Amino acid sequence: MSDQPDFKDALFQALRNHLDGVQGMSELKRLSGGASQETWAFELATAKGPQKLILRRAPGGGGREGTSGTGTAVGLDNEAKVIEAARTNGVAAPAVEYVLKPEDGVGEGYVMARIAGETLARRILRDAEFDAVRPKLARQCGAAMAGIHQTNVSGIDALKVVDGPAQLAQYYERYKTYDQPKPVFELAFAWLRERLKAPRQVTLVHADFRNGNLMFHPEIGLAAVLDWELAHLGDPLEDLAWICINSWRFGMTGKTVGGFGSVEEMLAGYVAAGGHAYTPDEVKVWEVFGSLKWGIMCMSMYEAFRTGYDRSVERAAIGRRSSETEIDLVNLLLG
Amino acid sequence: MMDKPTLLEIVTAAREFIEQKAIPELTGHTAFHARVAANALAIAEREIQTGAPAAEREKARLTALLGRSGTLDELNRALCVRIGAGEINLETPGLAEHLKLTTLDKVAIDQPSYSGFKSAAARADRGAEV
Repeated sequence: MSDQPDFKDALFQALRNHLDGVQGMSELKRLSGGASQETWAFELATAKGPQKLILRRAPGGGGREGTSGTGTAVGLDNEAKVIEAARTNGVAAPAVEYVLKPEDGVGEGYVMARIAGETLARRILRDAEFDAVRPKLARQCGAAMAGIHQTNVSGIDALKVVDGPAQLAQYYERYKTYDQPKPVFELAFAWLRERLKAPRQVTLVHADFRNGNLMFHPEIGLAAVLDWELAHLGDPLEDLAWICINSWRFGMTGKTVGGFGSVEEMLAGYVAAGGHAYTPDEVKVWEVFGSLKWGIMCMSMYEAFRTGYDRSVERAAIGRRSSETEIDLVNLLLG
Repeated sequence: MMDKPTLLEIVTAAREFIEQKAIPELTGHTAFHARVAANALAIAEREIQTGAPAAEREKARLTALLGRSGTLDELNRALCVRIGAGEINLETPGLAEHLKLTTLDKVAIDQPSYSGFKSAAARADRGAEV
């Protein structure tokens, strides 16, 4: 029990007070992944039997400083509201069981259902158990994004509109702040200023819809969309293109969508679920922006190391992943 | 002049220790960070071996492209300013070639197993044969 976090007892008390029939709690296990939020797995013994749950918690329990890469997180309480709204619209996402309150003494976060499946891209893309379902995944992802983009979030005031031109300006400013001259990024910014336009329609966007944040099940395919912390209002093309960037294909370069499918399949699934008929060319413009954005996010994570916010070797080393996006931009823009 | 081991040997020894001795005894987050540390040292090894000549080639191309001299940092800053101002673009002779070759050299150090690097390198080889 020595490696158990100091908030364990407080978490158990909070859940016993707010959920029905809670009798006991197993050990908390910290899961890897989720670089900006802590993720803990545990099981509750309840009157109805065991319940597998996940705790999403701000690092150290405190609010985020916004230096971890994106700076646009909505806060864990709003994240829980967005998930519930999307679920109401039929999007597969884990049910939120309890949102932590300050008086619980556990920190900022929420408890949600643990859904069975796999998020590790190398297994989803290569393991035989996913062979049968893999050809369906791009369509399913398209349909899930259509569901997200048609979700009614009118009651969630914390969601801000950040469209393409706004993000382009925001990321250029951030890139300039880091003072590392990168001619490939300059060229990509110049290319995008002529092409990344204001959205046809403004909708809820997940903003991190990619391998790693998608739970896939060998029998049903897409089982849950996770990690909603960057959700905002904006251009649906942001989501449709983010899952296409080469960094999320994990080596399966020929399969544009997440390393498992084609853009055409994804867009067909999107339209069939009521989404707008976007073209592959529109997706490509946003794919260029997505690669550029991931490159600048790598720079941001290195900044967290340089400034002393997070002195982990991972934060230091990720600065050298920025060049992978430069080669992707070279491939996209120079052919 | 420093004594042996060379800088490269020191870094290699540290990486091999992490990979062969430390990682088998580690689990969870610590094992993950140890793998990241070993990868970081592998980047250092490649940069020690090929970083200097790559930087020389980059500087020579930049000098030709910009028609001026300076440090590598000054030349890259000058190129960024001129791309940002629209004075240099993909129509400019030599720019596309320079960006491709420079980026290939960088990724060869940072992440030679990256799929995008392999596609670009294969394309560059085909280009060289033509």
